Amino acid sequence: MELNARIPSGPIEQKWDKHRFDMKLVNPANKRKYHVIVVGSGLAGASAAATLSELGYNVTCFCYQDSPRRAHSIAAQGGINAAKNYHNDGDSVYRLFYDTVKGGDFRAREANVYRLAQNSLNIIDQAVAQGVPFAREYGGLLDNRSFGGAQVSRTFYARGQTGQQLLLGAYQALEKEVARGGVTMIPRTDMLELIVIDGRARGIVVRDQLTGEIRSHLADVVVLATGGYSNVFYLSTNAKGCNTTAIWRAYRKGAAFANPCYTQIHPTCIPVSGEYQSKLTLMSESLRNDGRVWVPKRQGDRRPPNQIPDDERDYYLERKYPSFGNLSPRDIASRAAKQVCDEGRGVGETGRGVYLDFRDAIQRLGAAKISERYGNLFEMYERITDENPYKVPMRIYPAPHYTMGGLWVDYDLMSTIPGLFVAGEANFSDHGANRLGASALMQGLSDGYFIIPATVSNYLGSHKLTPVATDAGEARAAEVEAAERVKRLLSVKGKRTVASFHRQLGEIMWEKCGMARNAAGLREALQEIPALREEFWACVQVPGGNETMNQTLEHALRVADFLELGELMCLDALHREESCGGHFREEYQTPDGEALRDDERFAYVAGWEFTGDGTAPALHKEPLEFEYVHLAQRSYK
Amino acid sequence: MNLTLHVWRQPGPKATGGFETYQATNVSPDMSFLEMLDVVNEGLIEKGQMPIAFDHDCREGICGSCGMMINGVAHGPMHGTATCQLHMRSFKDGDVIWIEPWRSRAFPIVRDLCVNRGAFDRIIAAGGYISAYTGGAADANAILIPKNDVDAAMDAAACIGCGACVAACPNGSASLFTAAKISHLGLLPQGQPERFRRAASMVAQMDEEGFGHCTFHGECQEACPKEISIDTIVRMNRDYLRATMTPPVEAGNAAGAG
Amino acid sequence: MGFLGNFWRSTIGKKIVMAATGLIGVGFVIVHMVGNLQVFESAEKINAYGRFLHHTIGTELWIVRAVLLLAVILHVVAAVQLTRRAQLARPVGYKRGTQREASTFASRTIRWGGLLLLVFIVLHILHFTVRAFPGYDRVDAAGTVDVYANIITAFRNPWWTLFYVVAMIALGLHLYHGFWSSVRTLGASRPSRHPLRRPLAIAIAVIVWAGFTIVPVAVFLGFVRPEPTTAAAATAPAPVPAPAPAVAR
Ligand SMILES: Cc1cc2nc3c(=O)[nH]c(=O)nc-3n(C[C@H](O)[C@H](O)[C@H](O)COP(=O)(O)OP(=O)(O)OC[C@H]3O[C@@H](n4cnc5c(N)ncnc54)[C@H](O)[C@@H]3O)c2cc1C
Ligand code: HEM
Ligand code: HEM
Ligand code: SF4
Ligand code: F3S
Ligand code: FES
Repeated sequence: MELNARIPSGPIEQKWDKHRFDMKLVNPANKRKYHVIVVGSGLAGASAAATLSELGYNVTCFCYQDSPRRAHSIAAQGGINAAKNYHNDGDSVYRLFYDTVKGGDFRAREANVYRLAQNSLNIIDQAVAQGVPFAREYGGLLDNRSFGGAQVSRTFYARGQTGQQLLLGAYQALEKEVARGGVTMIPRTDMLELIVIDGRARGIVVRDQLTGEIRSHLADVVVLATGGYSNVFYLSTNAKGCNTTAIWRAYRKGAAFANPCYTQIHPTCIPVSGEYQSKLTLMSESLRNDGRVWVPKRQGDRRPPNQIPDDERDYYLERKYPSFGNLSPRDIASRAAKQVCDEGRGVGETGRGVYLDFRDAIQRLGAAKISERYGNLFEMYERITDENPYKVPMRIYPAPHYTMGGLWVDYDLMSTIPGLFVAGEANFSDHGANRLGASALMQGLSDGYFIIPATVSNYLGSHKLTPVATDAGEARAAEVEAAERVKRLLSVKGKRTVASFHRQLGEIMWEKCGMARNAAGLREALQEIPALREEFWACVQVPGGNETMNQTLEHALRVADFLELGELMCLDALHREESCGGHFREEYQTPDGEALRDDERFAYVAGWEFTGDGTAPALHKEPLEFEYVHLAQRSYK
Repeated sequence: MNLTLHVWRQPGPKATGGFETYQATNVSPDMSFLEMLDVVNEGLIEKGQMPIAFDHDCREGICGSCGMMINGVAHGPMHGTATCQLHMRSFKDGDVIWIEPWRSRAFPIVRDLCVNRGAFDRIIAAGGYISAYTGGAADANAILIPKNDVDAAMDAAACIGCGACVAACPNGSASLFTAAKISHLGLLPQGQPERFRRAASMVAQMDEEGFGHCTFHGECQEACPKEISIDTIVRMNRDYLRATMTPPVEAGNAAGAG
Repeated sequence: MGFLGNFWRSTIGKKIVMAATGLIGVGFVIVHMVGNLQVFESAEKINAYGRFLHHTIGTELWIVRAVLLLAVILHVVAAVQLTRRAQLARPVGYKRGTQREASTFASRTIRWGGLLLLVFIVLHILHFTVRAFPGYDRVDAAGTVDVYANIITAFRNPWWTLFYVVAMIALGLHLYHGFWSSVRTLGASRPSRHPLRRPLAIAIAVIVWAGFTIVPVAVFLGFVRPEPTTAAAATAPAPVPAPAPAVAR
């Protein structure tokens, strides 16, 4: 296997246009004859499915929720970036491109990122045309706010529900095509296997959650837009159902998995309050504009915050990063919080939290101003914690939030399996080792509305695909594989619940492959995870059968794959002997604790190839060249 | 605290269901309602019994998956809150809680507390969109939209499609859901060309699905986790009336340019 | 015509018909109430009103009656069909009932109230218009129905009085919800911060309720006494032929 990105030649500004012109088109009359499967109805999936159907292809779309509108994209709050430069503050496609490559700590592919920045313009136009109610000024023009990692104000938003509104726009376009007969939407269905015939992706095996039926769907192209895998940590800001199954099964069928260890830990989430905790809630980063982060100087200081005098408080971000202070970037802020908590200075019952204090801001600006800025967030916080942030400082703690890693794709978003395209968070994406705020929505929609429809057409136009029989041997085999897995899980009848395994895996990943990693810890994890997997298959308890809805079984199928993915993440983290973006190896840091990249040895995308259970996966490298943005060290001093 | 739960259990769509009683012991007030059910379920699973099935995903009150009748109140006692954001501090030690699925002919029960809300998707498919085909959209600032209009549209667009309005309505009416979408799109300039046709076809689909009519009881508005106002229903009625008085506007492509 | 069919078949269409017919009803009861209040003026006044109804605008009256009848029929048919539909929409109810946070007693009982009103209207027309019950066939000196006397007779009787008083409570509640609701059904209200407030509906409901109820109550409590209508006849023999041209018309 070789990782050939197939980047078009020519100057970076012209690559995409030139490429689009060179692409093969499909005769409109034939489009209907082509069948495309889209797995996922999030921003990437819904926009791709709707657009492909508008082009005339015959599309079948799947999601695990009861409605495509519930895809996890719905939860995105902050906003979406676009280089519109509506405010004339010096933004441009080039600057967005530059910020994204730099923010990704120079581990992303320049050509893709530039195209992303170009498409950002059309995304906003498209969304507005669909009726997405972006915030506007009194003059009727679109409003913008600035977001992490950018000096320009280029983030478009719809209250705190940007993801919801963008997804509803795509969902409505999808339903329009469903009504027109172009798209067949199949919800409450899990993809369990990929069907590969003659080296090409030709379909998927799914399980119907309502009947337990396992059947295969064949097609000419398969598009995976199944989102991220942060739930490998059990506790994350992702929806409970987010999983790796679709891309993991594709990996096992020969698709390279790129940079699995690149995960983003978001610094401002509501801390865990107890063992029963099922989910972590994100608190918008914008809070750090006015809040001051601190912990007590003394270990195990259990006094209520208001009784701790200033000289006994450690405003550690301001201390360590005088110039950026409380606004230092996500990865830095997250790691610093972990450190002080490891030192036993964390706050709250669990000792896993730090204060985000608005006392000074309220004194300076007055409570009114603060509530005007953060009122809804303060409400949400109080609803969950029952504490009033106007009086007591908020307690926050970092939480897994986004996975930059994913299936490796070339410039056309095609994986190493011909005919298998990957879009959105599911691919290894354009964010390198760290994603900037408000860039994931942009990427998902760029992939779905503009890239996939073009490149899929090109693929169909330039290959002669032999029709496959519904009872093709490969399809049957894949069905059996899936059915076997289900049978096995149901037959164990052990005494440990699925959730308990998921929780334990999460703890291992969080401790040893989380915000900060080191060789020793990763090696331990590489021992513990396979052991845990053994135990899982030996004594997991999945009640009920496979004839009706069985949510425990659904969960078990997902955890089984997380238990394999976790191992690959640790392997990748161990092999990457440098620190970059979300991947921080304690051994590789500057004297003052900055991430220390090793561009000599590691300026590449790590693509892992499955070589069978029990044998180590093979590493393939896609070298990264930086012609436009010059390699430099990020500094926040 | 300790609670007694009476939960509707129904193995499948056709099976007959009934209430089962469970004890939820040492529940923490910081738990969410769903986390409380998680704990009960863990207990059931350890005993090899089927856990209580309920839909949920984001657990942030935005995806609209969750939802159940809690002591006869959709999404439980806390206003403007979806079940997943409801916390146990809204209850007190010794409380008895009746948990039932949404009850509506158009929402057949799938299992226990899970219902099939596909009717909502079909209502949207009937016209809950603006026909803007990908590509060729004009610049986002080409059409100015007064802030108040966008804000009003956003209020309606906040609907998460949870179905609580149907569950709470004495008539089992989907008016609030349908009206929210008709209002969202009808308030925006881009939504004008298809406005009346949209209202007519979405209402037709809503009736087709077997939902009840609106008597203006107003319960939907109280149950709605996004506090969508019944004024949207007034708007729907107005648009519907205009739709029947004026011949349907053929505007699919016109909107495409919008 | 097809679209009219669809209109009537759709829930909103039916509701609009109910609202329109309901509002006709509202208009009628207000006028009717005012007419009734003339009882307090004098027998002659209200009888003249009756005479006016029956003779002066004889044929037009039938048109009015036809409109009212049609309105009531449409209203009732729609009410029955929608109610049926609403019941089908929730085949299995809630063990713990549903929440009662915004709905009012009036809105929840509107169907029973409507039923009572139907019974009332039928009996009421038999009572005062058809005069099917014994003792209501008196004519005054003017030769027209002695409405005044009929009213007195009716509300000297506790049972009739009770029936009317109860019916008027139902009417008041029906309007308290109905008037407010119909404006919304017709899409005629503007968005407001408190969509559930209904000052105008309250006013109309109270006025109509009070305006109607006061008549039977006053008669029953003896504030309105029988008048020697023959005296009226003596002083005014002239009008007797007067009806003739009216009848001829
Ligand atoms: C709390 C939160 C806030 C965020 N805020 C922002 C923000 O402000 N700005 C920003 O740019 N980004 C934000 N993000 C990131 C962004 O929301 C996601 O990266 C993006 O929405 C992913 O979209 P997607 O289409 O790739 O995947 P998703 O939206 O996750 O969709 C995945 C789809 O795949 C389906 N699926 C998954 N597995 C299977 C399977 N096995 N079988 C069948 N179907 C399957 C699911 O049903 C779903 O439809 C946020 C993320 C979170 C968690
Ligand atoms: C205390 C209350 C009421 C009293 C005392 C009262 C009295 C009367 C009287 C005396 C008549 C006969 C008039 C005539 O024939 O000259 C009459 C007619 C009528 N009343 Fe009432 N009425 C009352 C309430 C109502 C209400 C609430 C309604 C409707 C909901 C109503 C509907 C009618 C109708 C339809 C007629 C027949 C009019 C016609 O076609 O001649 N009445 N009423
Ligand atoms: C004749 C017997 C009557 C019956 C059976 C009846 C029944 C009903 C019912 C069931 C409703 C509620 C409709 C719904 O479910 O939303 C209703 C509404 C209404 N009724 Fe009646 N009613 C009757 C008489 C009247 C009268 C006499 C009036 C006026 C004085 C009236 C005015 C209204 C109005 C204005 C509404 C509101 C319509 C809407 O919500 O849009 N009704 N009626
Ligand atoms: S209107 Fe409110 S209650 Fe009804 S579906 Fe939408 S969010 Fe849920
Ligand atoms: S509760 Fe039902 S009757 Fe109408 S106002 Fe809401 S839909
Ligand atoms: S789980 Fe998403 S809204 Fe409750």
